[in-house]
Amino acid sequence: MASISLSEPLQPGRLILGLNYLRRNKALAVGLLMVLLLTAFTVIGMLTIDPKNAYPLSVEPKQPPGAKYLLGTDFFGRDLLSEMVVGMWQTALIGVLAGALGTLIGIVLGFMSAYFGGVLDAAIKGLCQILTPIPVFLIQVVIAGSLDKRDVTIYTMAFIVLLLAWMWPTLVIRSQVLTMKERQFVSVAKLSGVGSLGIIFGEIMPNLLPFIAAAFVGQVFSAVFASFYLAVLGLGPLREPLLGNIIWAAQGQGAFFNGWWWWPIWPATAMVLVLGSLALVNMGLDELSNPRVRRTE
Amino acid sequence: MNWKRLIRRLLFLVMVIWAASTITFLIPRISPRNPIRERFGELARMGGFTPTDLETIIASYSQKFGLNKPLWQQYVDYITSVARLDLGVSMNKFPKTVWALLMESLPWTTSLLFVTTVLSFVIGNLLGAVAAWPPAPKWLRTLATPFVLLMGVPPVLMGVFLLFFVAFKLKLLPMGSAYSIGRIPDWSFSFILDVLKHQILPALSLILGTLGSWVLSMRGMGITIHGEDYVTFAEHKGLSGVTIFRDYYLRNALLPQVTGLALAVGTMVTSGIVIEQFYGLPGIGSMLYDAIKVNDFLVIYGVVLFITIVIATLMVVVEMLYPLLDPRIRHDT
Amino acid sequence: MAEMPVLEVSDLRVSYYTDAGRATALDGVHLALNAGEKLGLVGESGSGKSTMALAMMRMIKPPGRIESGRVIVNGTDLTALSEEAMRKARLSKIAYIPQGAMNSLNPVTRVGAQLVDAIVAHEPSAPRKEIEERCRRALESVDLKRGVFEMYAHELSGGMKQRVCIAIDILLKPRVIIADEPTSALDVVTQRQVMETISRVQKQIGAAVILIGHDMGLMAQFVDKVAVMYAGRLVELCGVREMFTRPLHPYASALIRSLPSFSNKGVFHGIPGLAPSLLRLPGGCSFHPRCPHAMDVCRTAHPKLETLPDGRQVACHLYPQKA
Repeated sequence: MASISLSEPLQPGRLILGLNYLRRNKALAVGLLMVLLLTAFTVIGMLTIDPKNAYPLSVEPKQPPGAKYLLGTDFFGRDLLSEMVVGMWQTALIGVLAGALGTLIGIVLGFMSAYFGGVLDAAIKGLCQILTPIPVFLIQVVIAGSLDKRDVTIYTMAFIVLLLAWMWPTLVIRSQVLTMKERQFVSVAKLSGVGSLGIIFGEIMPNLLPFIAAAFVGQVFSAVFASFYLAVLGLGPLREPLLGNIIWAAQGQGAFFNGWWWWPIWPATAMVLVLGSLALVNMGLDELSNPRVRRTE
Repeated sequence: MNWKRLIRRLLFLVMVIWAASTITFLIPRISPRNPIRERFGELARMGGFTPTDLETIIASYSQKFGLNKPLWQQYVDYITSVARLDLGVSMNKFPKTVWALLMESLPWTTSLLFVTTVLSFVIGNLLGAVAAWPPAPKWLRTLATPFVLLMGVPPVLMGVFLLFFVAFKLKLLPMGSAYSIGRIPDWSFSFILDVLKHQILPALSLILGTLGSWVLSMRGMGITIHGEDYVTFAEHKGLSGVTIFRDYYLRNALLPQVTGLALAVGTMVTSGIVIEQFYGLPGIGSMLYDAIKVNDFLVIYGVVLFITIVIATLMVVVEMLYPLLDPRIRHDT
Repeated sequence: MAEMPVLEVSDLRVSYYTDAGRATALDGVHLALNAGEKLGLVGESGSGKSTMALAMMRMIKPPGRIESGRVIVNGTDLTALSEEAMRKARLSKIAYIPQGAMNSLNPVTRVGAQLVDAIVAHEPSAPRKEIEERCRRALESVDLKRGVFEMYAHELSGGMKQRVCIAIDILLKPRVIIADEPTSALDVVTQRQVMETISRVQKQIGAAVILIGHDMGLMAQFVDKVAVMYAGRLVELCGVREMFTRPLHPYASALIRSLPSFSNKGVFHGIPGLAPSLLRLPGGCSFHPRCPHAMDVCRTAHPKLETLPDGRQVACHLYPQKA
């Protein structure tokens, strides 16, 4: 009787598999790279520049980009480079804060709604559906407009953005959990005697991760987008160099027509890069969470 | 026609309107300050209002906000006035009523938004569908990525760039406003042409700024649909690529996208606000923007309510029409 | 009387290029079928049966690739055709019945439209009325009412959907029909219905059928010849009677022995070990690690598919033939 030898092929390391995957999922790769670069810019910037220069009357006004002021200065005497760094930092703060909290609320609500079903499900789902047609942005504008200008800080902005941004993650997570609830691995776990908590964290959560990641990125995108829009309309914390604020101020002073092209261009470009990279990462995550795509190409 | 479904949908509509009114009711009451009283004070100081005018404004506002009455009473008054479609009077453009202002600006806005929503939907979805279609030539498919990147350029920024390069530097198209200065609106062909010329840049800003999300979502949908068995079997049948793309792939992938169309109108409206103001077009957006700047409350709330109702109605309409497109739904109740 | 075989597969090789390396799905397969013959293709998951089907239809998609080999149907080498010519050949020369037709029909168009577009794709100038009549008759020949033409896929049961697919496949009277586990998702009664339908239509148009599956009972009832695949290679091919009474290849005999039988109730024979990963095939004969008759030569030399005097074919060092 011949001995049975099982030849186990060597599995390439997980890092290599991951990098190989990134090579094919270019959207994710490029998006992540951009996010990385932007983060590096912000972090290094925060450590090197003098944040005071991002506020009015700190430096010579209306200087075009040059050796002394790398990105130029604006009408109010703010160094554009410092503005950009601080602005990016604040934008990131709002985005991540509102995005994370929104996603968290979405996970909790969506989960509870789907897992426990019944009246709770009907209530949460109904609430989300009813709030959906309401033009969220307009409400945010109205809220921002009703507040005293002095009360508007970065955190209030994040809060305003958060208020109406939790509905979509809730619905998405809910529908995913609903499909998973019926799938076999949950039934198997239940039959094996795994308790509710075990099922939640052990079985369902790991499968939700790609959707949670996508929802998070989506929320950060919306949060940054919304705060930008509010700022561009002049409804943001006006003292702070939020990117949208800079553009609003530039428009207010007729920057283009006065020839100070650099003033609105840098924040506009930065905003495009931030939103664009987030959109790319989202697109990449889309592919990741759809296993069919991973096998082809 | 399924009456039970229709009634459920109408109930939904009512709930939405109620929720929107409640929210707009609550907002000015968030802060301990009373922004309305402050406005009255400002108005009085500014002058230009006869005492009787001021009385009318205050009366109209009091009726809605009933600032002296108990809260629940105020609420009931507010809701009933909304139900009557009595949206009050504009502070800024007195004595115009909110409703009149809405009706004035509506035609401009509807034409712009309708065209841009449709074009954005069609172009965006087509691009997304092609991007996810493996047999399509590689260069065409990689085209989707830059369009997704366009998502990073919100319509307002698009407007900035377009205005600067096309209108200012290259002088190809007019810089703003609905029609050339000095012209009297009529129905002549040349006037219509003039109007169209003025709509190109705003429309372009809106379309380019919003099609990114269609591309992204359709691409995701396309990837899923392409993996379906019926697409594979269609290929086994020896059908041509074009036939499979059109009848098996596109038709199935577009369906879920259609449900997003109603919401897309909402997004288009919010982007439209800034674009209209930016280009100086006389639409609801501009009106809203002006109202925001001077805190003309009733106008703001009126617009918000109106837009909400439109979006919710569109959602109901799309939902009721959906069975026409998807035979699987026709037989469910 | 040697007729020209209607299907001839020679030295077909297919690989899949995955992140973890290159997997050999088909490792030089040879096969021949005459008109009207029914061949059963059996093997474990991963043995290459479905890959065979896809390769013959030239539907292998990246990261898979047909490395080499020929598939000749009625004298035409399908692997040498242009994309457009291959598209025309599908359904007209060689047709495919999908596994479990649950989702193989377009949910948003009528069944009739899907029969019609199959004809239109190959005969664009045929008159509409005639096309419709042909489609309705095809539905009748698979025991479905003519009215099914107007229905939608979701209105049909699993068995009916499968029969619609069969109807589509016979529209253009192909020479070869590949049925890839056509009944695996169906209950026993429906299974019988579908298999009978396939039998009947096959006789009507005189096509050769390849039935892919692992249900040996089904094979016994339906096919004339059986081919056994293992790790991407054809290891034995013989008449169905011989396969059940006297299988030659150790893997084939292990398969037959593992079938439950009344005389041996309660006794189950499995096949020890696991099928090899297609990324790292064992050297020599792929089956040697699990073969109870493995010899030294099995570890080093790959056994070729030899034809025995009685017409059977087997790839095993236990049965060496003179060149």
